[in-house]
Amino acid sequence: MSAATQLPPAPVAAAPAADVGEGAGRRGWTGYLLLLPGALWLTLFFIVPTVSLVSTSLYDPSGSLATGYSMTGHWQNYTQAISDYSPQILRSFVYALIATVACVLLGFPLAYAIAFKAGRWKNLMLVAVVAPFFTSFLVRTLAWQYILGDNEALVSLLRKVHVLGADGYLLDTPFAVVTGLTYNFLPFMVLPLYASLEKLDPRLLEAGADLYASPVAVFRRVTLPLAMPGLVAGTLLTFIPASGDFINSELLGNPRTRMVGNEIQDLFAAGDYPTASSLSITLMAAIVVLVLLYVRRAGTEELL
Amino acid sequence: MSDDLTLTSVTKTFGSFTAVDDLDLTVPQGSFFALLGPSGCGKTTTLRMVAGLEEPSAGTITLGERDITRLKPYRRPVNTVFQSYALFPHLTIEQNVAFGLHRQGRKKVDAEVARMLELVELGGMGGRRPAQLSGGQQQRVALARALINEPDVLLLDEPLGALDLKLRRQMQIELKRIQVEVGLTFVHVTHDQEEAMTMADTVAVMNQGRIEQMGAPEDLYEAPATTFVANFLGQSNLVPGKVVRGDAEVLELDVEGTRLTADVARARVRDGAVWVGVRPEKVYLSHAGEEAGDDDNRLHDGIVSDVSFVGVSTQYLVRMPWGQELTVFEQNTGSRDRFRPDDKVDLHWRADHTFLLDASQDATAGVDRVGE
Amino acid sequence: MTGRAGRWVGEHVVLVLGLLVLLYMCIPVFVVILMSFNDPASRNSYTFDGFTWNNWRNVCEPYQLCSSLALSLRVGFLATAVATLLGTLMSFAMARHRFRGRASANLLIFLPMATPEIVLGSSLLALFVGNGAAGVLGFWTIFIAHVLFCLSFVVVTVKARLAGLDPRLEQAAMDLYANEWQTFWRITFPLVFPGILAAALLSFSLSFDDFIITNLNAGQEVTFPMFVWGAAQRGIPPQINVVGTVMFVVALAIVASGQLGSRRRAVRT
Ligand SMILES: Nc1ncnc2c1ncn2[C@@H]1O[C@H](COP(=O)(O)OP(=O)(O)OP(=O)(O)O)[C@@H](O)[C@H]1O
Ligand SMILES: [Mg+2]
Repeated sequence: MSAATQLPPAPVAAAPAADVGEGAGRRGWTGYLLLLPGALWLTLFFIVPTVSLVSTSLYDPSGSLATGYSMTGHWQNYTQAISDYSPQILRSFVYALIATVACVLLGFPLAYAIAFKAGRWKNLMLVAVVAPFFTSFLVRTLAWQYILGDNEALVSLLRKVHVLGADGYLLDTPFAVVTGLTYNFLPFMVLPLYASLEKLDPRLLEAGADLYASPVAVFRRVTLPLAMPGLVAGTLLTFIPASGDFINSELLGNPRTRMVGNEIQDLFAAGDYPTASSLSITLMAAIVVLVLLYVRRAGTEELL
Repeated sequence: MSDDLTLTSVTKTFGSFTAVDDLDLTVPQGSFFALLGPSGCGKTTTLRMVAGLEEPSAGTITLGERDITRLKPYRRPVNTVFQSYALFPHLTIEQNVAFGLHRQGRKKVDAEVARMLELVELGGMGGRRPAQLSGGQQQRVALARALINEPDVLLLDEPLGALDLKLRRQMQIELKRIQVEVGLTFVHVTHDQEEAMTMADTVAVMNQGRIEQMGAPEDLYEAPATTFVANFLGQSNLVPGKVVRGDAEVLELDVEGTRLTADVARARVRDGAVWVGVRPEKVYLSHAGEEAGDDDNRLHDGIVSDVSFVGVSTQYLVRMPWGQELTVFEQNTGSRDRFRPDDKVDLHWRADHTFLLDASQDATAGVDRVGE
Repeated sequence: MTGRAGRWVGEHVVLVLGLLVLLYMCIPVFVVILMSFNDPASRNSYTFDGFTWNNWRNVCEPYQLCSSLALSLRVGFLATAVATLLGTLMSFAMARHRFRGRASANLLIFLPMATPEIVLGSSLLALFVGNGAAGVLGFWTIFIAHVLFCLSFVVVTVKARLAGLDPRLEQAAMDLYANEWQTFWRITFPLVFPGILAAALLSFSLSFDDFIITNLNAGQEVTFPMFVWGAAQRGIPPQINVVGTVMFVVALAIVASGQLGSRRRAVRT
């Protein structure tokens, strides 16, 4: 298979299949040896930092990078962070949620079209999904700045057809931020969805059409359940990074569209490490809770 | 010589499921051994243990004097034609076929590979990849890839299943020829009974992880040892009966009030309740009461319930007075009119075509052949 | 009745919708290509004012553009190599070996993907700074961070490929006298290689693209995304669109040649 058709990172979707097959199951030390370097890296640079983030979040905020912090178990950092930044946290999740829903609505038809309708254009379409990846994220977001700009074709057109008022605009609005988020994370929705749809046997759809007759019923009873792993993986890969993002808000939004990522970034830049850390941990905790609730509802715990 | 392949009380369990159950088997060197059995009975698992791809949970496997039970697959002089072909998708057909020779350190193999591909009628396709071949062609590559190594034992897991009838017959002849010429031991799994019986020196019928019966094809067919073999290999009529008297050669039976006789040679039990068996093609039909032939065994007053014409023969279902339906095959010699439904008929057959089986077995065992 | 017509429309509606979405995904790329030929009227202008080849001729003109690009490429290659190696080893362990602690290993691999970049970046920063190592921020901390977030994606991609590999192929090789070593190099590795390559491409694109984590851990170093970010505040030099275009074309060429190669070999498993 080619690189392009391989790219789907269907992370969660692919996990359970790994244990089948008679080849799986060599015991002994080799497994540990193979695992060791990577696991060490993840432990050293993911687990340990997370612990150190937690401890930083409990430092006395009156210190500074220059004078050093004292570890005082300062829980107030959390109450402070939550009370100061709850609008931004809430806004982050709302934007991320809207963007994720938009990604599902846009990504499903695209993934479905690639998997079943593209015929010999399949690979070309996949390449088209993957290729923008390589044009720098920031450069593309700046391109949106241009597309949504006040003097450009889109705004003029919308003004002409009275979707926007005579002096209406798109840039620096929540709409622009959500558009940017949707755009930037769409490939992470399309690829896992495609990966799970592709495994679906078209004959299954025919059998479904035989049984249920209406295309809507076939979609609900056959396509959707089978695409579920890809959908769950895609929504996670979209929602999680979107809720922590600040680039779109910074480049396409205004001060009233600031998300929690902007605040964390600025707090770090300003050297307020304890508050920044407690805000990070709060965000992480909120995401973990949301993801667990979601995965439980979707009935796909075993995929984790 | 005695490089026989011997399996001694081999058992294989997967978790709590026993796929192969205390199996004893000897395959004489140079013989063509066929393994028959319904789907899921453990044929592939048995082959995999011989190949070293699966380790027996208990028991030993020996090749001649050598215990190979725990030998690595690549150290065994055994090759496999996989049921799923398992061709290497990234290698050409030639490279696939040459794979085993190269691994054994052979360098100049082109001529041999070409000859082998010619043999399986794939000459000129050597440069292609497996994905560019049809199912039947892939199967022949799998065959060539194993055959070319001329291993002591060749394991064939339904190697001809995807071929059309003509090619299949042709490959059967080729296989048999190679086997005889080179003197290899073949263990051949197949669902095609005809194939098993025409090619094999020895046939073993397997069921639920055990060998039900093993022997020359005629012996298995004419004198099945169990109801399973009687039904699985061909078809049989099994009627409940009782041995009423017997001497050293002949047993006298009571079947629903009728006296029949059977040879001791084909009796698995000699007294008490039995299944009285006869193959459908051994039975001759006559109009009820009509004097016909001098067959020893005769069942009266059946009613023809179904007639089906199948070309070379006609198959009758005859309902007996006690409600059982028996099957009768009659060659379409054209020498007399066919019977019609509702005709009243008698069934005749020779006493020495009767076989007797233990009545404690299920008479329908092996009737529903799955996977055919 | 309406069944057949309805289905026909249904099928083509999906295709048309898909193509529209694809267009949406590609529009910014077209803009980037267009803007790479822009001759802006003023420093702060980000509208198309006129056509010029200038940006292509003088890519390195804006201060730090090329040095940041070089840094990004260096980090990208190094992080990709290390992440691909470590990730591939891990995926073999996960797919082919049974060991205790498998569930924890899975979680360890999954969690970094489920952590927002800002949290990943800030925790690394907390680690480096908390240990009084604020001075070490620079090339190596960027490298460490990039390997970290690429690793999980590599494991997932290669593992998927491994899971799709029929174990009987390796068994067939062993049956044909190949020992474990030969089986690995002649059968397993070539068949998994496309997955490894894909993982490497993905790694590189993630690394090359990353801003949020890098920005927190870069110290005085400036990567290409950081340069763009800085430029976005001051007025955007059109040359960054040249870089974007080149990256796009190179990626397209790599993917397309992979496509052609695979079609020629017609390898499908
Ligand atoms: N790896 C395994 N794990 C669990 N059960 C297995 C495994 N391999 C085989 N079995 C079970 O062992 C039994 C025997 O399987 P085997 O493949 O030997 O059947 P078979 O006789 O070759 O059937 P067929 O004619 O359909 O190929 C089956 O019930 C199968 O489900
Ligand atoms: Mg089998």
